[in-house]
Amino acid sequence: MKKIAMYWGAGCGGCDVSLLGMHEKLLDLLDEVEIVFWPCAIDAKYEDLEKMEDKSIDIAFYNGAIRTKENEEIAKLLRKKAKLMVAYGSCAIEGCVIGLANLYNKKEIFDAVYLKNETTKEKILPNKLPEFLPYLKTLDDVVKVDAFIPGCPPPKPVLEDALDALLKGKTKFGKEIALCEECPRKDTKPEKIEINRFYRWHEKEDDGSCFLAQGIICMGPATRAGCKAECISANIPCTGCMGAVPKVKDQGAAIISAIASLINDENEDEIINSIEDIVGTFYKYSTAKLLPKGRMKDGQ
Amino acid sequence: MKEQIEIEPKNMNFEPKIVAFLCNWCAYAGADMAGVSRLKYPANVVPIKVMCSGRVDIEFILNAFEKGADGVFIGGCHPGDCHYVNGNLRTRKRVKMVKKLLEQMGINPKRLRLEWISATEGNKFAKVIKEFVEEVKELGPSPWRRK
Repeated sequence: MKKIAMYWGAGCGGCDVSLLGMHEKLLDLLDEVEIVFWPCAIDAKYEDLEKMEDKSIDIAFYNGAIRTKENEEIAKLLRKKAKLMVAYGSCAIEGCVIGLANLYNKKEIFDAVYLKNETTKEKILPNKLPEFLPYLKTLDDVVKVDAFIPGCPPPKPVLEDALDALLKGKTKFGKEIALCEECPRKDTKPEKIEINRFYRWHEKEDDGSCFLAQGIICMGPATRAGCKAECISANIPCTGCMGAVPKVKDQGAAIISAIASLINDENEDEIINSIEDIVGTFYKYSTAKLLPKGRMKDGQ
Repeated sequence: MKEQIEIEPKNMNFEPKIVAFLCNWCAYAGADMAGVSRLKYPANVVPIKVMCSGRVDIEFILNAFEKGADGVFIGGCHPGDCHYVNGNLRTRKRVKMVKKLLEQMGINPKRLRLEWISATEGNKFAKVIKEFVEEVKELGPSPWRRK
């Protein structure tokens, strides 16, 4: 019986739910494992975790990013107690959507949330919370990570594959191809795509063909496959939560390179300028990796 | 002499590191031409020969900055002269996008420069590099570099 632990760091909680979202497969899993620590599902306190022997947990899953001192401490504690440390979900791996906060500093975030927020009546800064770190970190910034389960949250096929491998002691799993390979709209991709204008989702009626050919930004070409194109099956373009294809380091750079070359030469300035938020569009899930120390300040 | 006086004293000792991606057919040959013609240009540039400016993936540019470059220069053939038909036009669009990205990241987009230099334009190569080095000197060390 393998002992597993799951911790919820700075994240939305979707990762915890995704583990439950395996439905009946979870029952099969429970035959093989014993859950020793999972604040979201079982009653276990930090003291209980501290009392455990070092390396007594077989697999520790960490979901969410490192935003507070508390997150950081628990990540280090779990690392000490676990044989295998697994970054679970996009937040733990590359910062995910909450990593976009690295475009702002702590003061700007606190101002926006507590002081200058119109719907907040009493303008009080919290003083009894764990220390808020200056920038959002990912799990591998803090501790050594043995395996990564991508996705926001990890889709069922990815999760099943990963758990299967991890329980057998393997730390390498998942597909090494881009999402386009398993896209249900693959056959509608024309030989040559030319973008004359970028459309946002609501600006165009979807005709059921390749999103990029329609001028809608889709992260498919630079995103790792494995999710069975769940979003595209629901007529939503890929936003890239699975991260880069394993042999690519920078997903955002890869997709910018790809998309830029599809733009029509004639009015390229206008088309390029129509993308207002480059970081938020192409680094939606990896801003914390792009800007680990926040937005930079260049002299002039 | 006048030029020397105009440079701000705080930047006097700063020698920027500049990575230059030069295409095999035009810009690199242009750099060669500058050498053969014995033209002088600052030694801050580290040239990297690529087959086409279109080979310069955005990852190369960001990687250069991450590894400590203060400026990145890309030299390609003039539009219409690309050995591979339209590689340089792709680079032009990519560079425009990266400039927007750099701006959002807090890096001055002037640290990235794209120029068209043909094989005979040794003069232009020397002039443009000189200009670019001066410009980056003015900007000071890249904030990415200090980390």
